[in-house]
Amino acid sequence: MTSRMSVLVLGGSSDIGRAAARAFAKAGYDVSLAGRDAAALEPDAADLRARYNIEASTRSFDVLDTASFDGFVAGLPALPDVVISIVGLLGVQQDAESDLAHATTIMRSNYEGPSLILGLFAEKFLARGSGTLVGVSSVAGDRGRASNYIYGSAKAGFSAFLSGLRARCSRSAVHVVTVKPGFVRTKMTEGMKLIGPLTVDAPVVGDAILAAVEKKSDVVYVSGKWRLVMLIIKTLPEAVFKKLKF
Amino acid sequence: MTLVSGWGRFPVVDTEMLRPRSFGAVGEAVAVTGTIARGNGRAYGDAAIGAARTIAMTALDRVRSFDPATGRIRLEAGVLLSDLIDTFGPRGFFPFVVPGTRFVSVGGAIAADVHGKNHHGEGGFGRYVDSILLRTGAGETIEASREQNSDAFFATVGGMGLTGVILEATMRLRPVVSGWIRERVISASDLDAAMRALEASDPATYSVAWIDCVARGRNLGRSLIYLGEHAGRDELAEGADMFPVGKAPGLGVPLDLPSITLNRYSIGTFNELYYRMGARRTGIDHVVSLYPYFFPLDSLSDWNRIYGRRGFLQHQCVIPEAGAREVLGDILDRVARRGDASFLAVLKKLGHGDGLLSFPLPGYTLALDFPVRGDILNFLDEIDRLVVAGGGRLYLAKDARQSRATFEAGYPALARFKAIRKSLDPAQNIRSKLSQRLFDEG
Repeated sequence: MTSRMSVLVLGGSSDIGRAAARAFAKAGYDVSLAGRDAAALEPDAADLRARYNIEASTRSFDVLDTASFDGFVAGLPALPDVVISIVGLLGVQQDAESDLAHATTIMRSNYEGPSLILGLFAEKFLARGSGTLVGVSSVAGDRGRASNYIYGSAKAGFSAFLSGLRARCSRSAVHVVTVKPGFVRTKMTEGMKLIGPLTVDAPVVGDAILAAVEKKSDVVYVSGKWRLVMLIIKTLPEAVFKKLKF
Repeated sequence: MTLVSGWGRFPVVDTEMLRPRSFGAVGEAVAVTGTIARGNGRAYGDAAIGAARTIAMTALDRVRSFDPATGRIRLEAGVLLSDLIDTFGPRGFFPFVVPGTRFVSVGGAIAADVHGKNHHGEGGFGRYVDSILLRTGAGETIEASREQNSDAFFATVGGMGLTGVILEATMRLRPVVSGWIRERVISASDLDAAMRALEASDPATYSVAWIDCVARGRNLGRSLIYLGEHAGRDELAEGADMFPVGKAPGLGVPLDLPSITLNRYSIGTFNELYYRMGARRTGIDHVVSLYPYFFPLDSLSDWNRIYGRRGFLQHQCVIPEAGAREVLGDILDRVARRGDASFLAVLKKLGHGDGLLSFPLPGYTLALDFPVRGDILNFLDEIDRLVVAGGGRLYLAKDARQSRATFEAGYPALARFKAIRKSLDPAQNIRSKLSQRLFDEG
C-alpha cells in the first residue's frame, strides 16, 4: 500500500483523459485508467509509470453497460480519492435527428452513464467522508443549439445532475467539480472547423482539471473566454436565439 | 487538403494531412506513394511536407520505458524534447543533444541528426540513439541499430525521414545535477578572434558564437561567444529550484509583421545594442537557467512571423576547417554589404557527423536568416558557390532552395544512401517535397 493519492479516469483513452491522467500522475497521484478496451490502455499506463514513477493500472469500463456499474465499483481494489468522468460521445446530429438508436446512444453516453457512475461513487465517498468527483460536461449544455442539441441536451442533463449532486454533498467533505472545456483539439473534434482563439489543446484541459480538484472549484470553464461567450449566448432572447443556425 | 509549410513559412504547399494515433494507422498511411512523416514542423523548408501526403506524428507521444539507473529511454517518435525536459529534468536527466528550439520531436531530431552547442566534443543527436523502430516504405517494420540492420540505422540518422517512418527509438539521457548552466561570455572583435576563441574553447562542453552581420570592415565578424557547463549544486543561489520549470511561450507575434520592419537600420541598431550589452557581461562566469541558454527564441512564440507573410530562408552551411576562415570571411563580407541579414547569425564549431547524410563535418557552421524578398534566391546561389568551392555543404533541415548540384557536391555518401533507401523502399512510397527537389529521379 502506498500513501499516495489516487485517481480513477473514466474514458482514459480519450485525449482529455490521457492529458488528465498525465497531469495527476505528474502531481504524484497513482492512476487507474478505465475504458472499453483495457488492453488498449496499457501503453498509456506504461507511459505514466515510466514518466512519473507512480503506480498505473487499467480497468475495463463500458458507460453504456449500466448494469455492470455496481460490480465495477465493488471490483476496485481500493476506493480512489478522485474520480473523473470524461466519457462522452459527440455523435452526428443530422443522423440522430431521425435515427432514434443513434440519438439514444448519444443521450446515454453523455448523460445516463456518466451521471449514474458518478452518483454511485458519490454514495461511497459520502460513506467514507471524503473524495472528489469530476464530471467533464460541455458548453454545449448551456443552451440547446440547432446544430447539436441532442448532444447538448444530454450534456445539459449531466451538468444539472452534477449541480444537484454538488449541492447535496456540500455539507460533507465530498466535492463535485463540473468542467466545461469549450473547443479542444482532440480526435473527437478532428476535421471540425474550430475557432482558433477559443480552442485549446488537451493538456490545457488536463491541467485545468487538476487545478480545479486542488482548488475545489465548482464550475470551471477551461478558457475564461468561454464563460463570456456562453453568458452572451444564454442571455439572448429566445426570439432572437432561435433564428441562429450555429 | 491542407496548406502546410515549414518553420520558415516558405514554401507553402497543399498536402493531405493525416494524424495517426496507432502504428497500425501509420502503416495504412504509408501505403500510398508520396508520403513523409512530420514531427513538430520545425524543419525550416520542405523536408517534412509529403509529395502527396504528410503524416503528423505528434499524437504518438508515449514513453515506453525508462531506466533511471542508466538514463536509457524507449519512446514513441512524436514525443517532443520540451516534454522530455519537463518530465525528466526534475528527475535529473537532460537530452545529450538539444538544438536551438526544444519544440522538436524525437523522430524529427533523429531524421535531421540535429546538433547542439556541444557538437564539437560530443557529437549529434544520433550518437545517443541506440535503436530505431522503422516502418519502411515497403511496409515492413524493422528495428535498426549499430549492430542490427546497421545500413538502415546509419541511413535513418540524418536521413530526413526518407528511409521510412520512425515509430520509436531507444536513446540515452544525460544525468544532470541541475537545470542551470554556468555561462561565460567572450567578446571577439572580428572573425579571426571569434574563430580563435571557438578553437580555444574546445574543452568547453557547450560553445557558440553570435555574429553581428551588419558590422563591416575591421569589425567584420565581431562576435560574442557563449560557453556553457552544467552547473553543480554548490553553484546555485540559495533557495533556487534545482530544475526550473520551462514556461510556455509567452509573448507571441500575433500577426505577420510588414516585411519592412526588418531593414538595415533596425537590424543594425539591434545588433549594436546586443553586442554592447553582451560585451558588458564578459569576463565573469554567471549561472543562467537552461532555457535562455539553449532556447533563447522559444520564449517568443511564432517568432517566424517577424519576417512577414512571405516567410524567410535560413541558410546554414558548414565549411571544412582548413578553408573555413577564407570562405566565411567572403560570405560575411557579401552579407554585410547587402545589409538585410537578420539579427540571428550563428557561428559554431562542429565535429564528425554519424549518419550517411548527417550535416556536420569537422569545421565551422554559419547560420543566417533572410526574409524572402527581392533577389535573395540569386544571392544565396552565389553564396552556395562559395560553400561548394570550400568543400562545404548545406543543412537539409534548414533548406528550402538549394540546387541539386550544390547538394550532390556536398554529400559524398549520397550514392550509398540512395542504394539503401531503394532496398528499404523499392517503389519509393516515401517521398517529400525535399526529396522530389534533391533526390528523386523523374
